Amino acid sequence: MIYQKPNYRIMGDRALLVELGDEISPSVNRKVRELFITLERHSIDGLVEAVPSYRSLLIVYNPQKIILSALRETLDDLQKKMDPSQIPEPKTMKIPVVYGGEYGPDLAWVARYHGIASEEAIRRHTGNIYQVYMIGFTPGFAYMGELPENIATPRRETPRTAVQAGSVGIAQSQTGIYPVESPAGWQIIGQTPLRLFDETNWPPALLEMGDSIQFFPIKEEEMAQWKR
Amino acid sequence: MEEVEALEVLSPGPMTTVQDLGRYGFGRYGVAPSGAVDSFSLRIANLLVGNPEDDACLEITLMGLKIKARTDLIIAVTGGDLQPHMNEKPLKMWCAHMIEKGDVLSFKTPKSGCRGYLALGGGISVSPVMGSRSTNLSSGFGGLEGRPIQKGDILLSDSPHLYLEEIERAFDPKRVPAYPKDWVIRVLFGPQDDHFTRECRNLFLNSSFKVTSQSDRTGIRLAGPPIQTREGMEDSIISEGVICGTIQVPGDGQPIIILGETVTGGYRKIATVISADLPLLGQVKPGDQIRFCEVSMEKALQSFREVEEMITQLREGLSR
Repeated sequence: MIYQKPNYRIMGDRALLVELGDEISPSVNRKVRELFITLERHSIDGLVEAVPSYRSLLIVYNPQKIILSALRETLDDLQKKMDPSQIPEPKTMKIPVVYGGEYGPDLAWVARYHGIASEEAIRRHTGNIYQVYMIGFTPGFAYMGELPENIATPRRETPRTAVQAGSVGIAQSQTGIYPVESPAGWQIIGQTPLRLFDETNWPPALLEMGDSIQFFPIKEEEMAQWKR
Repeated sequence: MEEVEALEVLSPGPMTTVQDLGRYGFGRYGVAPSGAVDSFSLRIANLLVGNPEDDACLEITLMGLKIKARTDLIIAVTGGDLQPHMNEKPLKMWCAHMIEKGDVLSFKTPKSGCRGYLALGGGISVSPVMGSRSTNLSSGFGGLEGRPIQKGDILLSDSPHLYLEEIERAFDPKRVPAYPKDWVIRVLFGPQDDHFTRECRNLFLNSSFKVTSQSDRTGIRLAGPPIQTREGMEDSIISEGVICGTIQVPGDGQPIIILGETVTGGYRKIATVISADLPLLGQVKPGDQIRFCEVSMEKALQSFREVEEMITQLREGLSR
């Protein structure tokens, strides 16, 4: 549900979390994207950083330059002025993935959790178009959703200390890709050979909030041709 | 600007990185700020050697760094007392020193704190990535090739200046922060303190947490009585942005203080460390104990202003 009025949550003395809804959904996330892009177009003195996510926008500010009450007023005002017709359309992409085996060590567990064969789990994961709800965790990590119930799986109880770059994971109704080797709490079902983050490019991340994504299975031998 | 070879790494220690005050404005791409965990010490070190306070320094963790001057330099060492020595003689911290080509600076073992900061007049010259020279360890960019420094690395400096005004370039010893082993860290509750019962919030405030050995630049992991969320709540929440100093509580109830290498997280956050105390987090080390103390927003902002005023005073005093 989209909130009638945003819910503000205080994160210490220099950050404010603006919640625009209470769920992972395309409509709530669209609102976040609209507010984020609107905010970017207005320069607010004292704004350090804005981090959009599924259903909220985190605003980091310098408390010596702007006080909390003034920031909230500005945000209320921006939301009144928001014009969805002025927000650019996101892009569409297809992402190749090698599923299972050493590339997806949790695929069998995910399949067992749902009482299905691994092939069926792959079919369910590739059968949907996902929306990139946010980028976070590590540079270029795209959080996408949402997974249908019949493939959604809880995250691992004990996170792994390291998974390989390109690992595709599942956590509840979210799916995502680890751009670099990193610790991981998600169920790893496969790996993409695409490079998701390159700090020498602009923009540095392959995927951006709002993008539409579909996964498709490839064979291990095909990975090389996808590497750039 | 003329770049010269300033320092040669003889031994890197377990984790020495190039850091400045961090990389802001790229959170939308998942890029965390990085930067000095103890930003206060980095700023003071830079001011002492006549640099802008956001210049790049070496952040030295715990021990073992040994480094040789390849040219005459002005340096300052601040932060945790890792027993810095110059040519095997103890080196006074929190003030500027002239050193000569061939001098060897070494760090023994920590007497107090966890991280030392070494500034050189002229700064450490590495190419800025997205506006910052800080090392982003998770993705491997920024700093020196996106990695901790290694034996044999040569650090460059932009025209190291050797002239400083005839005033004492030292930080008031009375203002040097104390780095105890038992910490009291001030917090504001939120953003998800309402997901915890009053009893649990009290348990969080009234308990002592041990800093575990799994702590690093990504976070300070604590061990103590489990802080449980309200009954019926799942272990995780919808992932959202976080900042350095946010204290998240995963399903096992053991809090983690997030540091500057993280932009988002999917765990509940019971409280957030106030800005004035953030630099202290850089000096907390495994084995230490932490207690959290709740303060008001007014008190938090006042403390932040006091820290900034102290730095302003030093800046103005040195440029007189």
